[in-house]
Amino acid sequence: MSEAIEILTSASLWAAVLRIATPLIFGVLGALLCERAGVLNLGIEGIMTAGAMVGWLAVYWGADLWTGLLLAVMAGMLTGLLHALLTVSLGLSQHVSGLGITLFASALSYYLYRLWVVVGDLPPTITAFTPLHIPVLSDLPFVGEVLFSQMAPTYLALVSVGVVAWVLARTPLGLALRMTGENPHAVEAQGLNPLALRIGAVVAGSGLMALGGAFLTMATFNSFFPSLVQGRGWICIALVIFASWRPGKALLGALLFAFFDAFQLRLQTVVDGVPYQLFLMAPFVLSIVALVLVARRARVPEALMQPYRRGER
Amino acid sequence: MRFERRADVSVPALLVAPLAAVLVSLALCAGLILAAGVSPLTAYAEMLRGAYGSRLAVTETFTRASPLILTGLAAAVAFRARLWNIGGEGQLYMGALVTAGLGHSMMSGLPAPLAVALLMTASMAAGAALLAGPALLRLRFGVDEVVTTLLMNFIVILFVGLMVEGPLKDPMAFGWPQSVPVAAGLRLPDLVPRSRLHVGLVVALLAVAVVWVVQMRTVFGAESRAAGLNPRAAAFAGVPMGRTLMLVACLSGGLAGLAGSIEVLGPTGYVTTNLSPGFGYAGIVVAMLAALHPVGVVGAAVFVATVFVGADAMSRATGVPSFIADVIMSVSLLSMLTALLFTTYRVRR
Repeated sequence: MSEAIEILTSASLWAAVLRIATPLIFGVLGALLCERAGVLNLGIEGIMTAGAMVGWLAVYWGADLWTGLLLAVMAGMLTGLLHALLTVSLGLSQHVSGLGITLFASALSYYLYRLWVVVGDLPPTITAFTPLHIPVLSDLPFVGEVLFSQMAPTYLALVSVGVVAWVLARTPLGLALRMTGENPHAVEAQGLNPLALRIGAVVAGSGLMALGGAFLTMATFNSFFPSLVQGRGWICIALVIFASWRPGKALLGALLFAFFDAFQLRLQTVVDGVPYQLFLMAPFVLSIVALVLVARRARVPEALMQPYRRGER
Repeated sequence: MRFERRADVSVPALLVAPLAAVLVSLALCAGLILAAGVSPLTAYAEMLRGAYGSRLAVTETFTRASPLILTGLAAAVAFRARLWNIGGEGQLYMGALVTAGLGHSMMSGLPAPLAVALLMTASMAAGAALLAGPALLRLRFGVDEVVTTLLMNFIVILFVGLMVEGPLKDPMAFGWPQSVPVAAGLRLPDLVPRSRLHVGLVVALLAVAVVWVVQMRTVFGAESRAAGLNPRAAAFAGVPMGRTLMLVACLSGGLAGLAGSIEVLGPTGYVTTNLSPGFGYAGIVVAMLAALHPVGVVGAAVFVATVFVGADAMSRATGVPSFIADVIMSVSLLSMLTALLFTTYRVRR
């Protein structure tokens, strides 16, 4: 018990929470943006993999970290565009297309990585993002380590939450986008193009997902290897539901989730005799429990997963 | 350009669609093979040789196809009823674990055929139970089964890891994390001598026949198809939706569990955490390429097996990364999905 309290009061735990939450925040925001416009994007796991691979490879080949992130976003947007063409323009099953995109984007990333990178005993590494040092603020006790010594993309993730929330709630574009997710016919009646709005939302959301993937290779692991995303994308899909499609709650969900993850990682080292797999299972079990708890109350966008075809009801 | 729904779907169109999808996929992937500095024609010829060039290669391809038929069937049955079972991978592992765990010693004393039948039934029950959970969560709480079945895959594989490093660990495996083996007398006999091809293929084909009969000739089959075609109309027509969905879940999960069982009783003999190279996920591709038809599943499974076995050999011969198999498979899935659109819609200017 005293060990648990010791863990809970350590600044390193709370610093880790923000770090672990970063890819989830990007991913859950991206998935939320797609779903608010009415498109389920199960391509997320593959899009994160593609972002992880492209961002890492760009830096491995000599680009600076921010160029790497930008290229990762573009790779994500391109993959998202493919999902949008299939599900919005052609109106295909969003479930199957999304899984197809995940299989495709992961397979292509692994293929190109093997083709272009010589892998020895260990995967090669890059010089990744390092924690920022902000004068005065970073030196504050506790909060300095927790809040002001994170890596730059973590702050970008927090800013994105605000931006997405503001766009959705306070701008005409956000209103049109939300309406597309609720009733695309009404959008059409307003003289707007629901198909264009959906494509835009999926492309933008996929860019955010790719950032989450890129954070994994450019800040967490410093290297790329198959199956490194490890279900984080699927957890984001669960978190969107948990957050009832609201950006603020999504941030909360990602932080809560990261807290449990950081806590179990530290608990593993002090608790003996419990198989480590049980700790690794916890986040997945937790996601399912969270889904069951909120499912009844969830306010699903009305037109989610319903393809929109002009002139067809 | 706009789409107009066709009055009915023609059978020739459904037969052409997968062929077109596969050809498009091979054409697109030719570019990736070129990027590796290898002629696509050479690469594809090497793949064919790798999958069918010798007696051993042919048996290896069909060994690979056997579990794919079952996972493909599992996905097809579920998707037909609009139950999105993405958990085939987990259900397969659960089936494998049950067969290895029970088949190590508990079946001694029973005649082998009876013991094998019991093991398969137990594995099917385990797979069915694993999908019954998410199906029940959807019915009772409205929880999307795509997410829950996907998450279950990770949980189950971690559980398998826990078992093969713990209670089911083989003490004779020099510390490797693998389960105890099934009793030698229970292993499925070979179909072709001196190969890994085993009776599991026959089991898989029997399952295809049973599913076909159930879907086409029973009330439950008709109800499950109706539930997929138009859930609201089906419910209105008096189809017991909840019961139908639960039965579909048990059938689908059971088939995936059976795939795990025949892998353990056939080629491997024990369980590890890398027993399956994604058979569960590939099953989704198989089901879609088969346009969800049980008989089509056989052809689609053989195609996917050909790509994987062939790509391994081709990779050794030419140096093209063997991940090309995964790319070909996923592009086939996306092309097939697009091709299916044109079987149900026509394009009008």
